[in-house]
Amino acid sequence: MSENLREQLLLLPDYFQGHLTLTLIAMSLGVAVSIPLGVWAAQSNRVKGPLLTVVSIIQTIPSVAILALVVALLGGRIGLVPAITALVLYSMLPIVRNTVTGLESVTDDVVEAARGIGMSSRQILLQVRIPLALPVIIAGIRTAMVWTVGLATLSTLVGATSFGNFIFSGLQTRNLVAVTVGSVAAAAMAVILDAIIGGIQWLAENRVVQVDEKRFRRVRNAVMTALILCGGFIIYSLLPEEEVDFVVGGKGFTEQYIIAGLVAAELEGAGFSTEQRLGMGTDVVYEATASNSVDVYLEYSGTVWSNQMLREDNPGRETIMAEVNDYIARTDNLTNGSRLGFQNLYALAMRRDRAAEMGISSISDLRPYAADMVAGGDLEFFSRPEWLQLRDTYNIDFGEKLTFDTTLMYSAVNEGQVDIISAYTTDGRVAAFDLLILEDPEGALPPYDGFLAVSSEAAMNPGFMAVVGNLERKISDVAMRQANRMVDVDGRPVSEAVAYLQTFLD
Amino acid sequence: MIELQHVRKSYDDGTSWAVADTSFTVEEGELLGLIGESGCGKTTTLKMINRLEEPSSGLISIAGKNVMERNPQELRRNIGYVFQGIGLFPHYSVAENVAAVPRLLQWDETRIRQRCQETLDMVGLPLEEYGERLPSQMSGGQQQRVGVARALAAQPDVILMDEPFGALDPVTRAELQEEFKRIQATLNLTVIMVTHDMTEALLMADRIAVMKGGEVLQIGTPYELLNEPAHDYVQEIVEMPRQRADRLEKLLHRSAS
Repeated sequence: MSENLREQLLLLPDYFQGHLTLTLIAMSLGVAVSIPLGVWAAQSNRVKGPLLTVVSIIQTIPSVAILALVVALLGGRIGLVPAITALVLYSMLPIVRNTVTGLESVTDDVVEAARGIGMSSRQILLQVRIPLALPVIIAGIRTAMVWTVGLATLSTLVGATSFGNFIFSGLQTRNLVAVTVGSVAAAAMAVILDAIIGGIQWLAENRVVQVDEKRFRRVRNAVMTALILCGGFIIYSLLPEEEVDFVVGGKGFTEQYIIAGLVAAELEGAGFSTEQRLGMGTDVVYEATASNSVDVYLEYSGTVWSNQMLREDNPGRETIMAEVNDYIARTDNLTNGSRLGFQNLYALAMRRDRAAEMGISSISDLRPYAADMVAGGDLEFFSRPEWLQLRDTYNIDFGEKLTFDTTLMYSAVNEGQVDIISAYTTDGRVAAFDLLILEDPEGALPPYDGFLAVSSEAAMNPGFMAVVGNLERKISDVAMRQANRMVDVDGRPVSEAVAYLQTFLD
Repeated sequence: MIELQHVRKSYDDGTSWAVADTSFTVEEGELLGLIGESGCGKTTTLKMINRLEEPSSGLISIAGKNVMERNPQELRRNIGYVFQGIGLFPHYSVAENVAAVPRLLQWDETRIRQRCQETLDMVGLPLEEYGERLPSQMSGGQQQRVGVARALAAQPDVILMDEPFGALDPVTRAELQEEFKRIQATLNLTVIMVTHDMTEALLMADRIAVMKGGEVLQIGTPYELLNEPAHDYVQEIVEMPRQRADRLEKLLHRSAS
C-alpha cells in the first residue's frame, strides 16, 4: 500500500464519523420537518402551492451559496450547525413533494370508507392515508438521503468535517488518491444508508402478509440492528466532544493547508491539543475567528485591506500592515499573532518565452496587447478590487476573461490556452512552469503579508501566543514557494512540506 | 327505528334539490330497499342517515334520537356500513379490517378476536384460514363477505348498504344476497339497502322505496308495488323483472315441450 493511501486511510475514521453525523442528523430533522409540512400541504391547497414553490426554490439555489448564506445568517457560526441547516433545507423538496403526492394518491373510496366506519380526521390520516402513502413517502426519503450524503461533502467549506475534507484538500494539493478515497467512501455510505431505508420499506410492505417468515425475520433483524447502530451513533456524536485546546482554521488552498499544519504541529509540540478546520471560504474563516469558533489561521494583509476595510489605495507594505493590525483589533477583536515574513501577492504571470516574444516585462507593457489577450483568473480575481485597481491604474482590459480552479489555471497558461493569469507570488507552480511575474511599477496591487490572525480567547493564553510568536518572520518567500511546490508540483504530502518549514524555526 | 321527516338536501343553496322533501319510516328488523336510477338521490339519502352528508332541512332520527344531535363519529361507529365497490382498507389484513370498528370503540383484544371469529364464520370465511390475508389476495365475492363481516363486527342494530353486491358476478351475487338475508333475519337487523337492481330489491326487501329526481314516488311491499303501482315510472321498473321472468318461463316451457 502506498504511503499516500495509508495516510489518507488513517483520516477515514474521523471523516467517516463527521460525515455520518451530518447525514443522520440532517436526515432525521429533514424527515421530522418535511413530513408534517407535506401533510399540511396535502390538506390545504392554499398551503400546497406556496410551500412547494418555496422548497423548489431552495433546491435551485446553488448548494455552496446556501452554505454561505446560512453561515452569514447564523452570525459567522461554523461547523455542524450551519452544515446541518443547509442539508435539512436541501432534503426538504423530495420528502415534502412525495408526501403530498402519496397522500393525494389515496383513493376517495378508501377515505370515505374510513369516514363511514366512524374514524376521525386524525385517525383517517394516521391509520389510513399515511400508511397507504408510505411507499411513496419512503421513496422521497431515499432520494433525499442520497442527495444529503452527496451534499454533505460540501460541509467542509463551512468547517464541518466530512468526506469533503478528502475531496477538497485532494483537489487543492493535486492528490487524486485523497479525492478517490473521499468519493468512494461517500458513494459507499449512500448505498448502505439507501439499503437500510429500502429494508424498512420492504418490511412496511410485507408487514401483514408474511410471505416467507424466515426472510422477514432476517430483514427485520438486519434493519433493527442498523437502526440501533445509527441511533447509538447519533447519541455518541452528540456527546460533548473532548474539547481540544485550539482550533486551527484555514482557507482552501495549498499554502493554507501547509501553514495550518505547521501551526498545529508547533502547538502540539508545545503540549496543546489541536483540531484543524480547513477549506473554508475567506469570509467564513474570518467571521469564525472573530466569533472564537476558530483560534488561529493564516490571513493576508491585502485581503483584509480590500475585503474588510474596502480600501483601494496603496500606501505601502508597512503602513498597510499596521493599519490592518489596528483594524482587526478594533472591529473584530482579532490579534496579529505573528507576521510570517513571506508575501503571497496577487500578480500577473505569463509564460516566459511568450513574454519575451512580445517584449513584455511589466504590466505597463501590456497596454497595446491586452485587448487581444485571453486572461485566466482564479475564482475570485476578476471580481476583486485588486483587479479593478489594476485595470484603472494601467488602463488595460483583456479581450476575454476566464475563471478557473487554480490548479487548472496554471496548466491553462502553461499549455497556451490562456495568455496571462492571475498568479500568486508564493505559488510553487510559478517556478515549476517557469512563469514570468510581471512587474507592477505603479504599485497598483496591494501587499499581501502573511500573518496569523488570532481569536480574542486564544490571544489571552501566553503559552499559545509564545508558540505563534515564534513564527515571526521565519518563512521567506523562497521557503514558502518551495513548500508549496513540494505539494502542488511534486505531489508530496502536506506533512512533508510542514517538516520542511519546521527546519526554518529555532 | 329509522325515521325521516321532510328531509331535503341541496348542494347549491336551494337552486336544485338532490333530495326533495323525503319522509319514510323503517321498522325494527325491516329491510328497506331504496331503488332508482343513478342521480335519483338514493345514495345521498342513505349517507344523510349516518351523517356522511348533512341534510339541508328536515329531521332524521334513529331509535327516537335526532342524528344531528349525536357526535358523527360515535354515530357512524354504531351503524354498520357496507360500501359500494367494497371499500376495504387495502393495507389491513382481513382480520384487521373486521376489527376496525371494535378497535375504534376500544374493545379489549380478546373480545375483538372472538368477535372477528364469529362474524367471519357468519360470512363463511374462517378466521384461521383467511384472517391474515390481504384484500388483494381474495376474490371480489370474498372481499364483499369481509365487507359485510366488518359492518356486523361491532354488533350494530342498523346497517346501511350502498349497492353492496353491484360489483359481483351474478352467481356470487345471488349467493351473497341469500346469505345476507338469512343473517339479517337471524340478527333482526334494521337495514336500508340502496340498489338499482329491481330484482335484487324485490327478492331481498321487506318494503321498497322508489326514488326519482330526488323524490320518493312510492313506498310499499314488493306485492304492493307489483300489483298497485302508484306511478308510471314505478310500473315501468317493476314490470321489467316480471316481463323477464315471463319470458324465461316461456323459454323453459318451450324447451320442455
